[in-house]
Amino acid sequence: MSVPPIPSEGSSAASEGLNPRAPEGQRKGLGAEGTVYIEHDHHELSFIKKYIFSVDHKMIGLQFMFTGLVMLGLGGALAMAIRWQLAWPWTEVPVIGELLFPATGGAMSPEFYTMLFTMHGTIMIFFVIIPMLTGAFGNFLIPLMIGAPDMAFPRLNMIGYWAMVPGLFFAIASFFVEGGAAAAGWTAYPPLSTIKSAAPGSMSGQTYWLLALTFSGISSMAGAVNYATTVVKMRAPGMTLMRMPLTIWSLFIAALLQLFALPVLTAVSIEQILDRVAGTGFFTPTNLVVNQVNAEGAGEAAGGQPLLWQHLFWFYSHPAVYIMVVPAMGMASDILSVHARKPIFGYKPMAYSMMAIAGLGFIVWGHHMFASGMNPALGMTFMVSTIMIALPSAIKVFNWLGTLWGARIKLTSAMLNAIAFVALFIIGGLSGIWMAATPVDIYIHDTYIIVAHFHYVVFGGTMFAIWAGIYHWFPKMFGRIMNERLGQIHFVGSFIFANCTFYMMHQIGLAGLMRRTADPYAYEVYAHLQPLNEFISISAFCLFFWQGFFVFNFFWSIFKGQRVGRNPWKATTLEWDAPSPPGHGNFDRELKVYHGPYEYASPLVDEDYLQQTRSVN
Amino acid sequence: MRLLVTLLLFLVPVLGVWTFWTAEENGWWMPETVTTYGPDIDYLFYLILWMVAFFFILTEGLLVWFVFKYSKKDDTKGVYSHGNHKLELLWTVVPGILLLVIAFSQMETWADIKYRGNLPKTPPIAHVWASQFDWRVQYPGADGEFGTWDDVESPHLFVVPSDEDVVFILHSRDVLHSFFVPAFRLKQDAVPGMAIPVWFNVDKAIDEEGAEDKEAIRLYDLICTELCGWGHYKMAGRVEVRSREKFDEWMAEQEANVMSNGKEDQS
Repeated sequence: MSVPPIPSEGSSAASEGLNPRAPEGQRKGLGAEGTVYIEHDHHELSFIKKYIFSVDHKMIGLQFMFTGLVMLGLGGALAMAIRWQLAWPWTEVPVIGELLFPATGGAMSPEFYTMLFTMHGTIMIFFVIIPMLTGAFGNFLIPLMIGAPDMAFPRLNMIGYWAMVPGLFFAIASFFVEGGAAAAGWTAYPPLSTIKSAAPGSMSGQTYWLLALTFSGISSMAGAVNYATTVVKMRAPGMTLMRMPLTIWSLFIAALLQLFALPVLTAVSIEQILDRVAGTGFFTPTNLVVNQVNAEGAGEAAGGQPLLWQHLFWFYSHPAVYIMVVPAMGMASDILSVHARKPIFGYKPMAYSMMAIAGLGFIVWGHHMFASGMNPALGMTFMVSTIMIALPSAIKVFNWLGTLWGARIKLTSAMLNAIAFVALFIIGGLSGIWMAATPVDIYIHDTYIIVAHFHYVVFGGTMFAIWAGIYHWFPKMFGRIMNERLGQIHFVGSFIFANCTFYMMHQIGLAGLMRRTADPYAYEVYAHLQPLNEFISISAFCLFFWQGFFVFNFFWSIFKGQRVGRNPWKATTLEWDAPSPPGHGNFDRELKVYHGPYEYASPLVDEDYLQQTRSVN
Repeated sequence: MRLLVTLLLFLVPVLGVWTFWTAEENGWWMPETVTTYGPDIDYLFYLILWMVAFFFILTEGLLVWFVFKYSKKDDTKGVYSHGNHKLELLWTVVPGILLLVIAFSQMETWADIKYRGNLPKTPPIAHVWASQFDWRVQYPGADGEFGTWDDVESPHLFVVPSDEDVVFILHSRDVLHSFFVPAFRLKQDAVPGMAIPVWFNVDKAIDEEGAEDKEAIRLYDLICTELCGWGHYKMAGRVEVRSREKFDEWMAEQEANVMSNGKEDQS
């Protein structure tokens, strides 16, 4: 099928060769107002070009999604081992114990435990949440929701996925090197991470870890450049910035965050690699005595300052926290509006508050360092900026509630997970205020309250939004819909067990238990927390195995799910104008946008939704 | 599904509040504080707790109510509303003011505890050295000078006098550690290459049963809270609080020990 190009109002010369990197079988160009049009050439791509080295944003999105889901399983398995140790320390670990620890009768060693939580955090952040949100949903949704045939730089997009693969290799291979994987926490604070004799994971595992991060950073950077360019340059005619769905706003903002913050992480990762292998002295101070050995004499670096790493690491990693939640906010907003059959409440405040979160996100990193020995006067300014970042978050919560008011809610699996996102993000957001308040943070810093807080944001918030996003956009991805009954069962169990797992961590933290401890009961005062830890661990195991319902539903639905048409949810945004799944070039007709993205219950039409492309006179 | 979801969402604030309400009797709460600045920190904690609890119940309550009320089967259209300017102003300005109140109310306490200018003017009682995986306390000994042959070294046990300002200098020999005494509301990272002054003043003598006895010798857990390697979990120390009189007795004993050892060395 071939679609004639829109008669160009501007120069027709612009139509040729503007984007030489466009996918094969497809020519496209930018006409007036950034009009994008396509000519399809029907010829089959080889298997390798179609599924492996694909330049199609949808396939790359799916690649990120499948990789992310596999790594989610691995990260989750590490969490299960963590929970086993915390509930029943130094006892035989079921299933893997005998295999991994024959010398101790199946009980894990404390150094193995430090490796577990280090790699759990690393994998979940850099290889699950960020690739899932920006890689999978960013890739899949941006061109479809703004009416573009593909990303601005399809080949760079492909490189973005394939740059993550060496990162995955280094992350997984590090488990098998001498000393095991990195064990200095996902924050990799020097000198523990730079001095080889300080921890077994700091032998070569830490170098692998740094390389893994660097490659995942290259991947994110390639994506971010693409997303920002695509959103700015390739919107369909009529798709003004203020007609973009909030998902697009959120992904655009996340891309900007990555563009500005990632170079810093890449730079410090390389500095730490140099400290470790080339004898530079960025972060390792002079005169250290590690294991009774003078570190400098043993050939370690010297002359550095550990706090420098903390500043630079958090300068990236705090914005990264927002990279991990802002797209979830955007997706949840869209899903709430579609399934509530009602316009989003306060579209502009929603978009502006995300910008405020991103902007403030660059000046709050010091709140990770209130106890670090940093000048306390700096702590004061970081406290104020951090507390004020609760304001845009609060505005968003109130607007989500406003969206549900007077709605006609359809309790689909997608909607259930989006509602859960709101319910659980509230908890994670509110508990953050304690951490921001410097005097209170003196007590709760590095206790389990912190663990509870960020799991409520990243699991309760982002993970539920990812589930919501998968249920919601699955029909567009595969042309079939996921099973509703299984989706509901998955939701109910996940919601119950996630709360049982993470809520009680607040209490453990209030009792003063520190994070990253391999044996909480080494202190007599925490012995009474064991029943609570057992309860948390059992809940966590249930949460983990309950995902079987999701995995089964996901794969079963890809092949056997009920086929649906273009717009199963009766939604308004552009992706629902494309076929399900969309072919090369996405759209089979010319697009023009006439309305904002949330025209539900509009009085202009009889139906309860008015698509962005439908003109009403 | 509608009733089940409503119930689940309803349970979040109910059980959420219940666990906090009953946390203290279950032992899931902060230990009673014994320092002069502890009550200030606790006051700020409770101030935030009450504000947070209010918004927690308000927002979760509205969520439950809206989900229950508006998920009925209904073929009519929902409310066609893109927002409300006055409401936006309301829920921007009110939380904004409350957050500023929270922020400004923290400042005095933070400055009192942490600012170098507010450090008590007493000379440091000891240098505390953290290393993988133990704590060593170095007292100046009889000559009052650190780094001389008569320094008193105390492994794992930091003995301090009560009812007066205690200043010590925190160091690390190898990696990062953190000095945390929950009952003191005191936490400070130990950073290699930095000498960080820290202070506290234990003015309450509450024993394990909660009774107050100024003459008793009280022990508090000293916990490392910054990941420092495989033995992080067992990097435990104790802080022993004694009345000034008993502290002096202990110190004299230690100094005498060092003296006699020194004499043996010389002979």
